[in-house]
Amino acid sequence: MNFSNFLIMRHEILLLVITLLLLVGEIFIHKNKKGSLVHLAIFLFGIHTAVGFFRLDESSLFGGSFQTNNLIHFFKNVLNIGVLIILLQSADWIQEKIVNQNRGTEFFILLFSSLLGMYFMISAGDFLLFYIGLELSTLPVAALAAFEVSKRISSEAGVKLILSAALASGVSLFGVSLLYATSGSIFFVDIVEVITSNNLTILGFILFFSGLSFKISLVPFHFWTADVYEGAPISVASYLSVISKGAAVFILMILLFTIFKPLMHVWENMVYVIALATMFIGNLFALRQKNMKRFLAFSSIAQAGFILLGLITGTQLGVATIVYFVLIYIFSNLAAFGVVQAISLKTGKENMDDYNGLYRTNPNLSLVMLLALFSLAGIPPVAGFFGKFFLFTAAASKGYYLLVFLAVVNVTISLYYYLLVIRAMFIRKNENSIPFFKNKIYMRLGLVITVIGILVLGLYSPLYDYIYELSSVLN
Amino acid sequence: MDILSLFVTVPVLTILALVFTKGLKQARIVSMVGSLIQLGMAINLVFAYFKERAINDSIMVFTKDVVWFKQFNIHYAIGVDGISVALLLLTAIVVLAGVFISWKMADLPKEFFISLLILATGVYGFFISIDLFTMFVFYEIAVIPMYLLIGIWGTGPKEYSAMKLTLMLMGASAVLLVGVLGIYFNSNADGGALTFNILEISQVNIPFEAQKLFFPLTFIGFAVLGALFPFHTWSPDGHASAPTAVSMLHAGVLMKLGGYGVFRVAMFLLPEGAMHWDWFFIILAATGVIYGAFGALKQKDLKYINAYSSVSHLGMVLFALLMLNKTAWNGAILQSLSHGFMTALFFALIGMIYGRTHTRDITKLGGLLKVIPFISVIYVIAGLASLGLPGFSGFVAEMNIFVGAFQNEELFYRVATIISVSAIVVTAVYILRVVGIMLMGPVKNPAFLNLPKVTWYERTGILLLLIPIVAMGVAPLWLSDMILASLEPFIQGVL
Repeated sequence: MNFSNFLIMRHEILLLVITLLLLVGEIFIHKNKKGSLVHLAIFLFGIHTAVGFFRLDESSLFGGSFQTNNLIHFFKNVLNIGVLIILLQSADWIQEKIVNQNRGTEFFILLFSSLLGMYFMISAGDFLLFYIGLELSTLPVAALAAFEVSKRISSEAGVKLILSAALASGVSLFGVSLLYATSGSIFFVDIVEVITSNNLTILGFILFFSGLSFKISLVPFHFWTADVYEGAPISVASYLSVISKGAAVFILMILLFTIFKPLMHVWENMVYVIALATMFIGNLFALRQKNMKRFLAFSSIAQAGFILLGLITGTQLGVATIVYFVLIYIFSNLAAFGVVQAISLKTGKENMDDYNGLYRTNPNLSLVMLLALFSLAGIPPVAGFFGKFFLFTAAASKGYYLLVFLAVVNVTISLYYYLLVIRAMFIRKNENSIPFFKNKIYMRLGLVITVIGILVLGLYSPLYDYIYELSSVLN
Repeated sequence: MDILSLFVTVPVLTILALVFTKGLKQARIVSMVGSLIQLGMAINLVFAYFKERAINDSIMVFTKDVVWFKQFNIHYAIGVDGISVALLLLTAIVVLAGVFISWKMADLPKEFFISLLILATGVYGFFISIDLFTMFVFYEIAVIPMYLLIGIWGTGPKEYSAMKLTLMLMGASAVLLVGVLGIYFNSNADGGALTFNILEISQVNIPFEAQKLFFPLTFIGFAVLGALFPFHTWSPDGHASAPTAVSMLHAGVLMKLGGYGVFRVAMFLLPEGAMHWDWFFIILAATGVIYGAFGALKQKDLKYINAYSSVSHLGMVLFALLMLNKTAWNGAILQSLSHGFMTALFFALIGMIYGRTHTRDITKLGGLLKVIPFISVIYVIAGLASLGLPGFSGFVAEMNIFVGAFQNEELFYRVATIISVSAIVVTAVYILRVVGIMLMGPVKNPAFLNLPKVTWYERTGILLLLIPIVAMGVAPLWLSDMILASLEPFIQGVL
């Protein structure tokens, strides 16, 4: 392994180094100053994120097991930004609740290992590395979900996540073995040569697809979502809803558009049905949620349904719109989670009714939430509108007008429950509303970045053009 | 900066300035100055348009085209013709009047004016757009602030009304989205590139099958905002709960987006679809005209009366547009303008009456002419204009509509026209009924005897709206000139 190989894997290696640095660093930090671990972690990860933006050319390693190109590279950067925002938003929580239990390092190590797993997953060139990445990305998150050991509901979330995840990865693995049985190889490049739509292959594909659907929480593999989001610490829930979901969408897209392209006539219909089911069930269940975390859980299920509209096209346009949408979704959803986290940390309140009259006491937080919800609902001129519009355009380009119509019906349904939160914050009045409080610098930074993203990503068109250019690799 | 982009830039700058204001006094001054500049620009645009018209005979003038998303061929494309110039002027006047009427907005004034101006930005942007995408963006920007405006500053069942209004209008825009995408993906039917540009699409012969499918979607998508009959239910509730300035802006301006969109997008781009579906929507529109009039007859709440009267009047706009001839179209545009000024005036007056008497129930009011003569007299004038008395704007508009409508010789059109015309009689009844009960007779409530006088800002707001009504009635020709010239491309394209 020479230096250029290091460069190709620099995301992975750098993240590993950071993880180890933190592990070692904890020893040298004085017992009374454990809080500075958070500063160190954010600083190091910030550098890591910045370094990621240097150019990287298309290449592969380990005989094709590990591959990377500009699109994958871009997507890793997107994940990095997301994780950085999550770190900023959860810094206060870690400092106040976690560090004095001496578990700060644990948190970072688990989080970063999971991210490392995602890097490997989306860079995989064969099913072996893919599976390792999948497991590495899921298992630490289960531990993270159960991180608030004093809360029963948190442990419950951890158990639920690990059990469902184990089942899903088992199913997925069975699917992979069937694919191996029919094609005789685990390398993507070999499989694509020989894959045909015989029954065994299709069965293998469906099982494999189910495993990944679990991570994206597509209906009918969504049952774990709301419970886990509710029980897990908020930073973990937001990690699950954007980073974990984003990475899974990405690898699913790569696989569908490359090795499973010959099976397109099969998965087209599948995706069609699942998209509808996911949108409708996600939206209809979100209508009646009172807890903000459960609410965001169902909203994020519905958002996943919209993503499938881009998937169904199988074209470069579809790839570009999905990546663009996921990027915007990360910012919007993290803004919403950020506000929930800030309020939960200060007051412990997580219900929608607690938000009544929030604007009169905390106007800035309410405005961030307003923008986030508008972006999730797809109201112009914030970014979410552009993401959704382009996804719909992609689906319509293939003539799926009925699907687009049902999707926009869903947008209207979703608008209802997003407006419920806005109603609570702006319209309702409350005797004992959440009092005014000031956020610390990290949280503020985390929210400001998301707001800038929400405002700029949509209106700034060169970004989309750039993504579209990158997407040509999957065509 | 070109003359049209300013129409979006100025309100945005005003909003930014408002962010830094403190308290009611600063907020209203900033909004007033912003809206005043806007009105000046609109008046200037009318003159500039006539000047440009003389030397430039393209469909749209003052055009500008900047590529936005090049993969989708989305442009920021703007331009105006006579119709949009007239509607821009209407918007500028109503917005300024709205600012004056909200002079004493006590609760969260800054936020109120910001939301109001966001709405205005959307409307201005919509009228200057000639790109379907930007048009759609502005359409939604114009609708969404209504939720907060009604929800926060409204009265009565405001949460319900705000939610109903927003969901119905956004649902309509969802339907519209499918229609827009359908038009977009058929815009290469002649072998060109896909485009959102209205002028380019109008040159393309979109296949009949596609027109048949997407015309109803596009039409309904816009017409819901124009209170098309079975989808009008958001409008009475919304108006009744909204604060005065919002009712004014909504009925006066926002609902005009519906008719304009129907004309500019659905009918202009999908003419064969329009011919095919013509009969169906005529039935709906004519029903709306009659239904609205009778609805207004039955109501006791002043705002509901005006909301139903809006359903009736705007039904007439849609009805006239569907008649597919030049005179009726001219009438439809004139009716849009006339109704815009009239309803805004009505709602402003109702707001003043309600602010003084604290009731909008006409059975509890009586003899107002004796106690608040200024408001009452203007109310009578507005009422007379609304029922189409010659000398006011309503007469010119309705005359054109029915003369145009009667030119269609087929029995179906004749019957529909006769039914719609009869609504005029009902209109006269409900307006005179209100005037009789509310303004005439003895003063019903002794508390009414010392109602506060009309203030200068209320007078200004009212005069701003009254002048155009009279001007349109007395000298309609310059406006007709402007509109008729702009109808040519539609006549070539559609008929």
